[in-house]
Amino acid sequence: MGSFKSILGATAILLATSTAVFAARTDLVLGLVLEPPHLDPTAGAAAAIDEVVYANVFEGLTRIGPNGEVEPALAESWEVSDDGKTYTFKLHDGVKFHDGSSFDAEDVKFSLDRARAADSTNAQKVLFEAIENVEVVDPQTVKVTLSRPQGAFLYNMGWGDAVIVAPESADGNKEKPIGTGPFKFQNWAKGSSITIVKNPDYWGEPVALEKAEFRIIPDAAAAIPAMLSGDVQAFPNMPAGDALPQIQADPRFEVVIGATEGETILSTNNKKEPFDNLKVRQAIAHALDRDAIIAGASEGGYGVPIGSHFSPANEAYVDLTDTYPHDVEKAKELMKEAGLENGFKATIKLPPPSYARQGGEIIASQLREIGIELEIIPVEWAQWLEQVFTNKDYDLSIVSHTEPNDIEIYSRPDYYFNYQNPEFNKVIEELDTTTDQAKRNELYKQAQTILAKDAVNGFLFELPKIGVWDAKLEGMWENSPVQANDLTAVKWTE
Amino acid sequence: MTAYLFKRLAIALATLIVASVVVFAVLEVLPGDPARIMLGMNASPEALESLREQMGMNQPLITRYLNWISGMAIGDFGRSYTYSSPVIELIAERITVSLPLAIMSLLLSTIIAIPVGIFAASRRGKLADTISMGAAQVGVAVPNFWFALLLIYIFAVALRLVPAGGFPGWGDWWQALKALILPAVALALPQAAILARVTRSAMLDVLGEDYIRTAHAKGMPRHIVLWRHALRNAMIPVLTVLGLQFAFLLAGTIIIENVFYLPGLGRLVFQAITQRDLIVVEGVVMLLVASVVAVNLIVDLLYAVVDPRLRAR
Repeated sequence: MGSFKSILGATAILLATSTAVFAARTDLVLGLVLEPPHLDPTAGAAAAIDEVVYANVFEGLTRIGPNGEVEPALAESWEVSDDGKTYTFKLHDGVKFHDGSSFDAEDVKFSLDRARAADSTNAQKVLFEAIENVEVVDPQTVKVTLSRPQGAFLYNMGWGDAVIVAPESADGNKEKPIGTGPFKFQNWAKGSSITIVKNPDYWGEPVALEKAEFRIIPDAAAAIPAMLSGDVQAFPNMPAGDALPQIQADPRFEVVIGATEGETILSTNNKKEPFDNLKVRQAIAHALDRDAIIAGASEGGYGVPIGSHFSPANEAYVDLTDTYPHDVEKAKELMKEAGLENGFKATIKLPPPSYARQGGEIIASQLREIGIELEIIPVEWAQWLEQVFTNKDYDLSIVSHTEPNDIEIYSRPDYYFNYQNPEFNKVIEELDTTTDQAKRNELYKQAQTILAKDAVNGFLFELPKIGVWDAKLEGMWENSPVQANDLTAVKWTE
Repeated sequence: MTAYLFKRLAIALATLIVASVVVFAVLEVLPGDPARIMLGMNASPEALESLREQMGMNQPLITRYLNWISGMAIGDFGRSYTYSSPVIELIAERITVSLPLAIMSLLLSTIIAIPVGIFAASRRGKLADTISMGAAQVGVAVPNFWFALLLIYIFAVALRLVPAGGFPGWGDWWQALKALILPAVALALPQAAILARVTRSAMLDVLGEDYIRTAHAKGMPRHIVLWRHALRNAMIPVLTVLGLQFAFLLAGTIIIENVFYLPGLGRLVFQAITQRDLIVVEGVVMLLVASVVAVNLIVDLLYAVVDPRLRAR
């Protein structure tokens, strides 16, 4: 009996070690701070939707890669007509939706027409504005005609809001998303976790993970023990707070500080007195001390200073942080020139994120030095959207604009900055019709410079992305050019 | 007894109707547009309008109130704006966490608190009394999220006995119980501390009564005096506090739910408020009102059981 037991024991050990050597783990639990309201990326703006489904469950004609580049996805190739108005997409063959129905040009037509329809509830309807007609040439070819050339069209088609859905399942995607991606939706325990599993019938490169669970952990105090105990193995966007050094010192974890598309700005109502005076806005820009703001208001102090509304991770970025350097004397002088040497009173409405609430206090003390007395008004998101964003009832506010490549918002006539500059609008119009990348970068630079000179808003810093994951995990995104947790290349190394 | 019962039931129903009007009115005046919250900063005006139409938000206030209240009467709580699933399903899912958690912590606090309270009362002024009431004082003063974090670091991070948080569902009941044990302890501590103090003072009041002296005088054993004669009469304030605590434990546990990231009712209502998912907030709040009313009703009935004099009224 004794020998039988030891044989059993030896076999068990052998089995245990052999699985460890030959098969790496294939499951992953990721932490997510906010729960998505639903799982249909074509019907909501919440970043948390894309953080679960983008590139994993749903795919578009194109996709945005880890460094913001446009890559082919469901379209294997495309041709652009000389006038830049017709895009002919060649689609992949043998693609199936997760419910088994097959994917073809009709689905593309359906998805694009649905997004731009009159009764569409797509949160980014503007992306599809230029589309005039979508034509099915044959099951593998689709021709999109634009009303005007649009430089960013291929990029736009890579947004989560432009993913391809099937007419049979589109209405159910909020609850049970059905896409073409390498992962299938499995289960959503509301308030708790969302699980996706490997799609065995995937048309492209199969993924290494068999199963991924997104666990919703809203509280920073809870995120740390969840990582430390090993319950959660990756936190792509961790609210680490003061505990970051503790995690950085732990060899089990890798901490990666990456870039996002979140320009954090001191939003300014450009039509309201005295902010309509360029001198006042310049004075504010001179009075702001970015280093102090970043140290006190950005997660872990890792924010990257910006001088205009553009991400430093983008190749077209120009460093304009020295346009109006921190100089209190200069700021006071400008206030005097504006006839406001005695200062004035104003309000600052702050939404809930800590960058806003903490940044607001720092900025209030910095502006006090040049005689501007700010009354701090904390607001909820719902109130912020209504009062500041929609009704433009504000003087100053702090918010992070997280949409990628969104400098064009400054050309919108009704946007909440209340900023209008025909020169800037001309650059954006030209950008809209330019497809040549070098030319586009040049125009982006001009646009950034105009905004910086006009001191439209106080440009503060780019939100950092603090990613924490198990050191044995490979293939996680370092930056977040779009708000996504693309797991297609993620695997365990042992 | 029947008259007593009917009177209580009528009061409960009237409370519910008044509450529904107040809840609906208060939430409707909250600033914030649910459509804008769902579609975000880039949404076009047409998309917003379509969504409002879809969600039925363009109907007049009174129509919406009547639809809501008549739906609820037949168990239809409406459909969540954000989750787009029936509110009743959302609530049902959350209750499978909140209710067991509330019951577990209530049991735990009762098991600890009542014996401690009785013990302290029977040793009034002695060292044992001072120590147990001192401990209760600490229990009331310690913030429960801090106590929760302490529990997590000891039992989840260091000892790895239980998960640090989350809820795996009741498919595996052992795992589910393991996930609820730390939150239940964290919730039970301050409740037990309060309950122990209430039990002690209620017992002290009763122990000063003449009939207790009589019982002692006729040579009845001390423990029988305490448990049979004194406790029964001290139960009314204890039951009142227990009823209040149960109602609190059902939805007032948002902080503990956050620390342990449990999908409970507290978090559902908090999330729904920030997203202006009013129909969910209204549904959950009404359910809580109903449960408070129900608990009060049960407590009222229990008073009558404990104190026969009340039945006559």
